[in-house]
Amino acid sequence: MTVARLFLRRLVQALLVSLMVSTLSFFMMRALPGDAAMRVAAARYGHDLVTARAADAVRAELKLDRPVASALFSWWGDVLRLNLGTSAVTAAPVVDEVSHQLGYTIRLALASMGIALLFGLVLGVLCGLWPGSVFDQAWRALAAAIRAVPPFILGLLLIVAFSVEISALPAAGTMDSTSLVLPALTLAVGLSAGLIRVTRDALKSVTESGYFAFARTKGLSLNQALLRHALRNAAAPVTAYLSVQLVFLIEGVVAVETLFAWPGIGHALVHAIYARDVPMIQGTVMAMALLFVCLSALADFAILAIDPRRR
Amino acid sequence: MTTSSAFKPMTRWQWAGLAILALTALFSLVAPVVGGDPLVQDLDHVMVKPSAASPLGTDHLGRSMLARLGHAARLSLLLAALSVLTAAIPGAVLGVAAAWRSRWTDTMLSTIADGVLALPGLLLIVLLTAFAPGRFWPFYVGLSLALWVEYFRVVRASAQSLLRGPQVEASRLLGFGPAYIVRRHLLPELFPLLRTLMTFGAATSVLSLAALGLVGVGLRPPTPELGTMMIELLPHYQEAPWLIAEPILILLFAVTGLALVAGEREFR
Repeated sequence: MTVARLFLRRLVQALLVSLMVSTLSFFMMRALPGDAAMRVAAARYGHDLVTARAADAVRAELKLDRPVASALFSWWGDVLRLNLGTSAVTAAPVVDEVSHQLGYTIRLALASMGIALLFGLVLGVLCGLWPGSVFDQAWRALAAAIRAVPPFILGLLLIVAFSVEISALPAAGTMDSTSLVLPALTLAVGLSAGLIRVTRDALKSVTESGYFAFARTKGLSLNQALLRHALRNAAAPVTAYLSVQLVFLIEGVVAVETLFAWPGIGHALVHAIYARDVPMIQGTVMAMALLFVCLSALADFAILAIDPRRR
Repeated sequence: MTTSSAFKPMTRWQWAGLAILALTALFSLVAPVVGGDPLVQDLDHVMVKPSAASPLGTDHLGRSMLARLGHAARLSLLLAALSVLTAAIPGAVLGVAAAWRSRWTDTMLSTIADGVLALPGLLLIVLLTAFAPGRFWPFYVGLSLALWVEYFRVVRASAQSLLRGPQVEASRLLGFGPAYIVRRHLLPELFPLLRTLMTFGAATSVLSLAALGLVGVGLRPPTPELGTMMIELLPHYQEAPWLIAEPILILLFAVTGLALVAGEREFR
């Protein structure tokens, strides 16, 4: 029952966000100064080869020749059928471009999530097991300081440290596997700083609980008690925290991909803005918003799976 | 029942945050006056080290860093204050309305809020900047549109439980009207929540402006803006590392001050 309700809520969210993005893009197409059809045709065929006929073809394709209301409905219809048009710059279908870029973005997101979970969970558990120790206090202070630094500043600092000062890692592009290191690290450092605190607090409250004390008293070793009683209980708040952080992951992707010239979807969005490529703007924003809704839905279900009290 | 957190005294950390914020605000008021014109170039004095004549040095075009940082800080803080107020007032009013009025109003408003929530705020602002590249209003409108949902959700949730409480029931039985109930029962409980949300919202707005300036879809150069300045000064890091450090420090000052005022414990 709850699963169905949650699913429905996310579905409505996905529909609403698609409607919002496509409506804004539709009006953007008409509001931008100059003849949009001429501009698109020029970008596609070259400035010298634009003819009135080419412009008219583009005009029909972008529905600029029809009255606003009917054009808006047919624009929505296209979006629902996942027909997002063709890029005004490359003339390739937006869906193809976006699915190609999505691969890069997912690689970056998975890498940074992996690094963040590794450091955040391990350090958080260690801090939570010995709360108040020097180890705990040092890591918590460091994490609090890092949390105050936004991802794009972390990115700048990492570029300066690793690319300029010691020239160890490439600052931009996708030349080889090392190119992923700096952007992934940038996103991961901020995420893991938050994770350390949340994991620590969750584990601390579990190990101070009555049932944990009972598990130890009845003779379970520390490891057994942790595995059977602590981890799952501590996982619920940690998952909830991660689901809230998804916004920051998606927003961070835009800034970090552009900063490091990582050819993912955030980078593509920024370039579509420079080029006033409305179909690509619509496609990239929609893809990121839908990715965000899907990941939020996954987080919802993960929380339900971990915590039976919520079912 | 005295569950109110309205009169909780400020902690030492919150006072420290307030002091940091006040210093940043003071800088943003004084520096533009003292520093001169932020756009005037002086190519004979490029990347000058901080000295008595130019307290924060000059950038790669010989412009006064003091003036540029002052203007940039003022812009950030002004945008933060404006968009936070524009988001908080309708957000809170709609939140109370959703808790108070019929189920239908609540469902409708909550669905809209859910839809807005599905679009990360930064994406909404980027989308709007495409309408008017380099202009100020997309930030203001985008931030306000993205931020009101937080106020709406928090106010709705706490107003719902407050309105069901015995105090409100007693007031209603005594014949007091809605205005009295809002003023006497809701506002005192909601203010501390709103204060926390507003400090977070201000931090979000300062960061968004800088993030978009940094990726190049923000305000256009030569407008002094913290993010744009960072990306302009990054190539000159090796000759003049202090230059890029200055806008970064101002930004961190503002954001840390806001985070401390909000209360570090709740910081995400």
